[in-house]
Amino acid sequence: MASTEVAVIDYGVGNLLSVRRALEHCGAAVTVTSDPRLILAADRVVLPGVGAFANGMAALVRQRLAVTVRDVAARGRLLLGICLGMQMLFDNSTEFGVTPGLGLIAGTVVAVPATSSTGDALKIPHIGWNALVLPGGRENWSETLVQDLRPGEAAYFVHSFMASPTDQRNRIADCLYGENPIAAVVGRDNVLGCQFHPEKSGETGLTVLRRFLQM
Amino acid sequence: MGAGERSLAPEAYRLASLRNTRLIARLDIKGPNLIKGIHLEGLRVIGSPNEHARLYYQQGADELIYMDCVASLYGRNNLREIVESAAQDVFVPMTVGGGIRSVDDATNLLRSGADKVAVNTAAVANPELISDIAQRFGSQCMVLSIEAKQIGAARWEVYTDNGRERTGLDVIEWVRRGVALGAGEILLTSVDREGTRRGFDVPLVRAVTAEVSVPVIASGGMGTPQDLVDVVLQGEADAVAMADILHYRRAAIGDIRAVAQAAGLHVRTYG
Repeated sequence: MASTEVAVIDYGVGNLLSVRRALEHCGAAVTVTSDPRLILAADRVVLPGVGAFANGMAALVRQRLAVTVRDVAARGRLLLGICLGMQMLFDNSTEFGVTPGLGLIAGTVVAVPATSSTGDALKIPHIGWNALVLPGGRENWSETLVQDLRPGEAAYFVHSFMASPTDQRNRIADCLYGENPIAAVVGRDNVLGCQFHPEKSGETGLTVLRRFLQM
Repeated sequence: MGAGERSLAPEAYRLASLRNTRLIARLDIKGPNLIKGIHLEGLRVIGSPNEHARLYYQQGADELIYMDCVASLYGRNNLREIVESAAQDVFVPMTVGGGIRSVDDATNLLRSGADKVAVNTAAVANPELISDIAQRFGSQCMVLSIEAKQIGAARWEVYTDNGRERTGLDVIEWVRRGVALGAGEILLTSVDREGTRRGFDVPLVRAVTAEVSVPVIASGGMGTPQDLVDVVLQGEADAVAMADILHYRRAAIGDIRAVAQAAGLHVRTYG
């Protein structure tokens, strides 16, 4: 059986090596590329990224890849944003003023609350392993990116900002930081995102990537 | 909460519940070998670094730290190959340190599969290296590694080159400066406790966690899983680095995790 072809978008932001190795470990044939033709030719596309939202969007736009990512989504190909890559799927971010995003999922990107529900100061960035839980109103994860996980399994997060989807149905999994919910997995049709790093989340993360390759 | 002494413990648990304590396997490397010393000296060969790395990954280590023990001494860094090989089948965050002198050194290690770099000796010699690395890759990538030796009541001095060279710097002042320059995390090794199995230097860890808001990894001295509980509850450590206890198979990560969970700490659910 031929392995699933995945294009990992290289726009000069982030450690692509780990994403590539994790996908290869799960059996994918991975191309790390900034070439729109190769990106549009792949079965599945991953938009990685770390760092500031404005820098990430500027790099995508400068390399004429923002339009490519929108094309991938419009053609119904599976698209997975990771960390900053997930945040950029949304309409805009309030990190250092308002910066427009890709607009593929309705919502905005805001700072992770620095205070817990009990009024204690929380360390920002939110770094470390945190349990994935069902968001309020969702009963299960069937037929989602995390359908193979049990609520309570933990994934590895490193971030200071978080997505806030307008439509709660696009909110697939949350984690709780100081009791405040953070969108950990989002999705709208073929456009998916995870705030955590599946490539750094051990077997739990690899399970998510395997599902992405099989969807 | 009442005003009595007994309110201290629930308060410590409540504060600990805001942190997800990370269990980190620390691998000290000399040349091609995993080694272990006492007070960072008298190094003994344990075996192959990556065989141990894979074992600890499979046991559920939350992160790995690789430290090249002699890199500072000889001005070299052997770690790149080891990290590249580990990155093939270890899918948790890896911090790499020892002998990093420049942004280029950091770049090379991050390209080899490291997620964060830890800098000690070169940062003392050139503190701007901290801000250079933080600006280039983000603070979350820049771990300030500090080797601390007690020199008086609640006073610790910064050492470099694996506890061999004194710097005259006060640990608390250096931590404050390092964080102001952009360090996103502190790897705090007690030279006094390292390899002794006498428990972490809890007052040292508490002095540092009280000073800065970035995560602090307590390192050096873990003799039993209970030592971890103590340094998290009393020292307010965000993570613990474990070496001797794992290398000599005195406890597996799963056992340590179970003790931490039973003590009420928030650790990653695994397995």
